[in-house]
Amino acid sequence: MSQVQTAVSLPQPTLLARTLQGLAGNRTGTIGFFLVALILAAAIFAPWISPYDPAAIMTGPRMAPPSFDHWLGTDHIGRDLFSRVLAGGQVAMLVAAAALGAALSLGLALGLMAGLGPRWLDNLLLLLFDALRSFPTIVFGLAVVALVGPSLLTVIMVVAITSVPIYARIIRTQAQALRNAEFVMAERAMGASLPRVLFVHVLPNVLGPLLILASMDVPLVIATEAGLSFLGMGVRPPTPSWGVILNDGYNFIRNSPWPVIAGSVPIVLVTLGFTFMGEALRDIFDPRLQKAN
Amino acid sequence: MSEQKLMHSSDAMRGDGHVPLMRIEELSVDFSTARGPIHALRHISLDVAAGRILGLVGESGCGKSSLAYSLIGLLAGNARITHGVIRLGDDDLAHLSAGRWRALRGKRIAMIFQDPMTSLNPVRTIGQQMMDIQYRERITRAEKRKLAVDFLAQVRIPDPEARLDSYPHELSGGMRQRVCIAMALLTRPDLLIADEPTTALDATLEVQIIHLLRDLQQQFGCSVIFVSHHLGTVAELCDDVAVMYAGEVVEQGSVDEIFRQPAHPYTQALLECDPGSIREATRILPTIPGSLPDLRQVPSGCIFQDRCPHVFERCRREHPGFYSGERTQLTRCYRVAGEGEMTS
Amino acid sequence: MIYYAMQRFLLSVLIVIVAISALTLMLHVVPGDPATMMLGARATPELIEQTRVAMGLDQPLPVQIVTFFGRILQGNLGTDVFTGRDVSDIVFEQLPYTLVLIAVSILWSATLGIVLGCYSALRAGTWLDTLLGILSVGTISIPAFVMALYAVLIFAVSLDWLPAIGAGQGFFGGAVHLILPAFAIGISWVGYVARMVRASMLEVMGAPHVRMARSFGLTEARIVRVYILKIAVQPAVTLLGTGVAHLFSAAVFVEVIFARPGIGALIVSSVNERNYPVVLGAVLVTTAIIVLATLVSDLVVALLDPRQREAL
Repeated sequence: MSQVQTAVSLPQPTLLARTLQGLAGNRTGTIGFFLVALILAAAIFAPWISPYDPAAIMTGPRMAPPSFDHWLGTDHIGRDLFSRVLAGGQVAMLVAAAALGAALSLGLALGLMAGLGPRWLDNLLLLLFDALRSFPTIVFGLAVVALVGPSLLTVIMVVAITSVPIYARIIRTQAQALRNAEFVMAERAMGASLPRVLFVHVLPNVLGPLLILASMDVPLVIATEAGLSFLGMGVRPPTPSWGVILNDGYNFIRNSPWPVIAGSVPIVLVTLGFTFMGEALRDIFDPRLQKAN
Repeated sequence: MSEQKLMHSSDAMRGDGHVPLMRIEELSVDFSTARGPIHALRHISLDVAAGRILGLVGESGCGKSSLAYSLIGLLAGNARITHGVIRLGDDDLAHLSAGRWRALRGKRIAMIFQDPMTSLNPVRTIGQQMMDIQYRERITRAEKRKLAVDFLAQVRIPDPEARLDSYPHELSGGMRQRVCIAMALLTRPDLLIADEPTTALDATLEVQIIHLLRDLQQQFGCSVIFVSHHLGTVAELCDDVAVMYAGEVVEQGSVDEIFRQPAHPYTQALLECDPGSIREATRILPTIPGSLPDLRQVPSGCIFQDRCPHVFERCRREHPGFYSGERTQLTRCYRVAGEGEMTS
Repeated sequence: MIYYAMQRFLLSVLIVIVAISALTLMLHVVPGDPATMMLGARATPELIEQTRVAMGLDQPLPVQIVTFFGRILQGNLGTDVFTGRDVSDIVFEQLPYTLVLIAVSILWSATLGIVLGCYSALRAGTWLDTLLGILSVGTISIPAFVMALYAVLIFAVSLDWLPAIGAGQGFFGGAVHLILPAFAIGISWVGYVARMVRASMLEVMGAPHVRMARSFGLTEARIVRVYILKIAVQPAVTLLGTGVAHLFSAAVFVEVIFARPGIGALIVSSVNERNYPVVLGAVLVTTAIIVLATLVSDLVVALLDPRQREAL
């Protein structure tokens, strides 16, 4: 089942055009795109739009509810929650980009090895993937933290490793399908090396669906990071993370609900935004993915 | 040729001594789509004689399957019966309640579908499914089982006892279709509708299934409606035939009449184009020039006007009714009425 | 069927073995010495060496793995270096709490999810279907621990209807204390399961064999139950099987937030203490249970669908 599209001389609508067209009829997709754009903008421009320094202790009341000065209120030490949430957004996006980037790269490598390499390697890798899938992400994360200590890097590593099997599987399937395709064998018979075949044929087909899947994984990554940080196993203070904000909020939950609300709303928005956007992209570009999960 | 214009095939039929089991009168069906309704069936009037096999013939898209499905009430969700009645005993199948349908289906009417690979429930054994359809019968489980085994044997499935415990995916396509036939006949229906039952099977299987159907029909005496686009099969199996084109019945009569002396230009062309009728070696396969009309905008006049080699002015003006030919033959063509040029 | 079950079982065992090896390997690939990390910077070299020997870390790696396997097969998960107790005792003491929590969560969320999904599919397009759809998306978007926090916020702090601390005494006490935790864990699963069941039911409802069943005049009830649902429910079963892993993750948070005993709480506290033997033992048992759950869900699907039995 080859999914390669040979280059055609017909003018194709550009990627952007297709996306916009597809979004036109899709309300949730449009909402998703806007949310994602908003979140990314907030994350990138956080240092500039942040009203206060996230670590600065304010002179006003602690655990204060939202007000004009402090849009989301203040936490138990007296820091502005809105600034902390923005900074947490930066951390979240950083983790997502780094972890998914690492997972995609590693997944690509392993998937190609499994799909194109010898059979025993394939079986071994499949077994490894299945074994990895049996680890609950958080439990695995905790075990890793036990070994290397908590840090941002640890979180990125954990998330990356647990996401690898999914991507590797997809690449493996594609690689396997193409390995036996006649045109590939013909090309190789003409002297094309395996790496070239891979880059020209496997990657283009697989990149699109992978990116879509990755964007739908962002919520999970963010939630994992927040979760680990909540348990104190992730980012170290004073770096704010939504999870840390939530932990602080939990410890003082009887005093004020606002830290909990401040920390949780961004998580939900991220989830909604990326999920809607991912589903819309999937519907536009590759309805086949609906069964891939 | 007589100029007698008949409105009903039942008159012709009764003249020949056949009692109608089902009378379809002026049945019209529309399919609603985003771009307007498709008038898929228009004023179909047909009789299904008791104890005889009626073939529904036509090219893809002519509406023969739609007609078949409307007789068992299983049209798609966007289909509507906009006109007409379907008389079966005291019931009008065009306006039937869900409860009444449940009473009739699997009792008086049964159906065999086109693709045996997907017609059976994959997660239940053959036996379980054959028992399911007998749920209304007031007989014991053992008796139901025995009936199932009997019918499996009737359709010539080897080792029927053991087959009861098989799952559909363990059987070949041909065997699955036999099971479907067994299930349909098990209910002793008055009418069996077969929607292209051999299209999905290869040629040798097709012959076997056709002979099986013929033998079983003779044995049980039910009426059969056999939908097909394969003329040879229809000629061999059926007693009567109705030729359909673009949502209308253009000619009907006994197989003998239609295949020997087709009067409608479409029927004639169809028979000419049948690869089985080619006598000399040729590189060119005969086809009918033109294409199907758009059924969203049905033209006035004869539906075949754009592709008919004998078309004349009245054809474009008025929609022709049925004109009678030999005995039971009815043709929707003014040439049969004695007008225009007759060339065959 | 039996043959398939055996094959699956062996595969599961293999997976657990790989998991164990991976864990043990990790312990050694990591920079830094476990014993030093456990005991802290102020430990004396003698103490460190003692601990290393006690944990068997002085042996070459292959020997360690083999010894480890050997001990596991005997049911010995090692010894807690801090308290001297058997790790297996510690772990199995806490396990029942987590198992009950997860079992109750799955039970209520799967049942409700299947019912709602089925209903949505049969009434597709109605306002009820739309409403349930929105609710599903809403609940899926909220991670379990966030849900747990809100549960505490609303029901325990604001309204003070339900307890938020501990596991309670006795049967009824235990049950009441389970309400909020099981709700927090299960609520997003209701959404997942409902969406899955709805989608697969809609797909199956249009299948040819359903049309054939109708053509025989079978009752709607029978058609839904045996011709539609029995097939449509399978992806949901698989989903739940693989979901047990996520449920364990959720349980970790829930046990911490609600201060309940259980494996999750155990792992968190032992990680904080750098108590490696306990962490290892607990993770092992968790993995085994998850693999078992996947096995069970695969077997249930094979029971429902005879075509899956050939799959291996």
